[in-house]
Amino acid sequence: MKLIQSDAPHIRTKDSVRSIMLDVLLALVPAVAVATFFFGLYALFLCLFGAIVGELIEWFIVRILRKQKDFSFDLSAAVTGLLLAMNLPPTAPWWLLLIGLLVALGVAKHAFGGIGQNIFNPALVGRVFLLISFPTLMTKWTAPVRGFTRMPWDAMTSATALGVLKGSGFSEAIQRFSYVDLFFGNVGGCIGETSAFVLLLGFIYLLVRKRVNPVIPATYIGTVFGFASIMYLVNAERFGTPLFHILSGGLFLGALFMATDMVTSPMTLKGQAVFGIGCGAVTMIIRLFAGYPEGVSLAILLMNALVPLIDRAFKPKIFGEVKV
Amino acid sequence: MKLLTFKGGTHPPEKKELAKDKALLRMDPPQFVYVFLSNHAGAPAKPVVKENDTVKTGQIIGEPGGFISAYLHSPVTGVVRKIDKLYHPVQGRPMEAIVIERTSEDDWQFLDHSEWESLSKEQLLEVIKKAGIVGLGGAMFPTHVKLNPPAGKTIDTFIVNGAECEPYLTVDHRLMLEQAEDLVLGVKIVMKILGTKKAYIGVESNKMDAYEHLKRLCSDSSIEVVLLRTKYPQGAEKQLIYAITDRKVPVGGLPMDVGVVVQNVQTVIAIKRAVVDRKPLIERALTITGEAINNPMNVIARIGTTIQQLVDFAGGLKEDAEKLIMGGPMTGIAVNRLDLPILKGTSGITVLSHEAEPIKKPCIRCTKCVVSCPMGLQPYLLYLLGNKRKYDQAVEEGLMACIECGVCAYVCPSKIDHVRVIKLTKKVYQALRGGKK
Ligand code: SF4
Ligand code: SF4
Repeated sequence: MKLIQSDAPHIRTKDSVRSIMLDVLLALVPAVAVATFFFGLYALFLCLFGAIVGELIEWFIVRILRKQKDFSFDLSAAVTGLLLAMNLPPTAPWWLLLIGLLVALGVAKHAFGGIGQNIFNPALVGRVFLLISFPTLMTKWTAPVRGFTRMPWDAMTSATALGVLKGSGFSEAIQRFSYVDLFFGNVGGCIGETSAFVLLLGFIYLLVRKRVNPVIPATYIGTVFGFASIMYLVNAERFGTPLFHILSGGLFLGALFMATDMVTSPMTLKGQAVFGIGCGAVTMIIRLFAGYPEGVSLAILLMNALVPLIDRAFKPKIFGEVKV
Repeated sequence: MKLLTFKGGTHPPEKKELAKDKALLRMDPPQFVYVFLSNHAGAPAKPVVKENDTVKTGQIIGEPGGFISAYLHSPVTGVVRKIDKLYHPVQGRPMEAIVIERTSEDDWQFLDHSEWESLSKEQLLEVIKKAGIVGLGGAMFPTHVKLNPPAGKTIDTFIVNGAECEPYLTVDHRLMLEQAEDLVLGVKIVMKILGTKKAYIGVESNKMDAYEHLKRLCSDSSIEVVLLRTKYPQGAEKQLIYAITDRKVPVGGLPMDVGVVVQNVQTVIAIKRAVVDRKPLIERALTITGEAINNPMNVIARIGTTIQQLVDFAGGLKEDAEKLIMGGPMTGIAVNRLDLPILKGTSGITVLSHEAEPIKKPCIRCTKCVVSCPMGLQPYLLYLLGNKRKYDQAVEEGLMACIECGVCAYVCPSKIDHVRVIKLTKKVYQALRGGKK
């Protein structure tokens, strides 16, 4: 028997990076299931492809390119891969996802030093890269096909709710997309973004497991709601209702699962509130005033860049520190 | 019922069930005891015996070596065999210890003073000093110094720390059940010394039996027994004071700055023993526990008893014993040999079994350490700055306020060892600053 000498504390929580990432993956399962129902098995294939190939790419980068010996499958790349897949249209070809994964993991994550070091959310970097490089493929929206075995390309092409709002105004948009459809996901859009309901379910699971706190989603969605309310009073037909804004587009996916990414969000609750409010405001500015109907990805990436500043400005109060 | 507490903290598995129902057992004095001259915080004591002197149980063998220092007494009746260096687990280097061989049953040399009711504040403090009492919760700060704040500081509240928030340890729990009368009398003595009208005994909610018991005993006194939320580190002085009195000890300050003195349960009992029973501090109660010890228990043992003797008394180590800790698992010191003696401040021996090595990862900025730090610090940042040797910046971020409770390292999913780096950074900073001045 050999006694080891080491530093206190001598016990550690059972939580690990892997257990956290596993919970995030589990939290996304309902959204993947609903996406499969609305868009068919190909959507499921893309999700699995993203998660599995993501993890393989990470292994390749760490073991072969960076020659590190201590690789462990911590599932963080699977989360990135799955989120990226969920941010693609249901008709996206598999090779598009592969390119996105390479950019997300190779550039956004490992060029910055790997897990924990990256400034920008890798999945969002991947998505925005694809949007810029392959605009047609990335905006080929289809209506839901409803049925597991049908394929997205069987469906009619369709616009997204925000696209219709922007193009034709609110009365047209709300006629084609009811609130109920928007809430449950019976609308066209990216694979994982359409159902606010299941995304919320997954997020509640993370809350219960104490993996996240609700500050970022609450401030983010709250700001979008508040901003949209003001604009609704200004011009209801042009800007739509607040409820329409929080249910459509990638807001729930973004606010619940992308903006809350630990690595790229602030460290204190106050900072997170500022971050959430910033995300909400930028999202609305892009949605309403820029040439592009959806602003979630860009808003979060922009706020990612401000995190170091936010962290410096909002520190916790040291216990017993005398007020000056 | 409202449970008093502080902000932050965590809930490690308690593991108190291993020993909490085991009544205190008194161990026979061992044949050899090893008494460090540094059995307290501050300057080591100066030996007043030499080799081959015969000593009685309770006889003074060391005198204070400075203002912050303490008397030392022989834990047994016997002969001084040698004064030699031995590895000191707290100091982390070899230090002088007096080795005494026991030759007969206890022949006591009691403290010599009159009935305690007739003693003045100064005389009581002198008794406590003569009895060699130090903080038995682990800090080992000389009690007569702590009970005698400098002129100008008024103390209005005395708090007994019965939180025992370290996982595994149960000795204070047992003492509050089995020696509650002594504890209450001890509190009254301390109140007389401090001149306070108010005293609290804070007990965590996982020791309801002790809470109820003390509450019954104190129902008609000015001692209030309060229930604290079970949370680590509820027993840290600053957190305890805040939970009970709502007062925040300023950064860099001491409890007396907000009119409070805190003492651990066992220290207060030791005060009663010294003042009323005239017994100097030559033994203490401690928990021997952990998954890798055969028969976890609470014992009363002489200071200077070796870990080996204690472990044998508790049925020996199990096959898979991997880590032996003096103290509890959150703040205790791991040692790799069994021939070391316990000190006045050793509140437990915790033996943990083998566990798979956790996978270390870089910080994923999960914020757990930030929201859990009871001092409102940013442990991940202190770790970063410490590693980058940015000492001044670390100090600006509150380095010195860290109470080394271990919460940050406990909660971290990436298994980052903040506390090791923080302790080191503090040391280096102090050394650098000391060099400049
Ligand atoms: S930084 Fe210090 S005070 Fe804060 S949790 Fe870590 S050890 Fe405790
Ligand atoms: S707990 Fe660990 S991983 Fe989480 S922020 Fe602190 S250092 Fe980073």
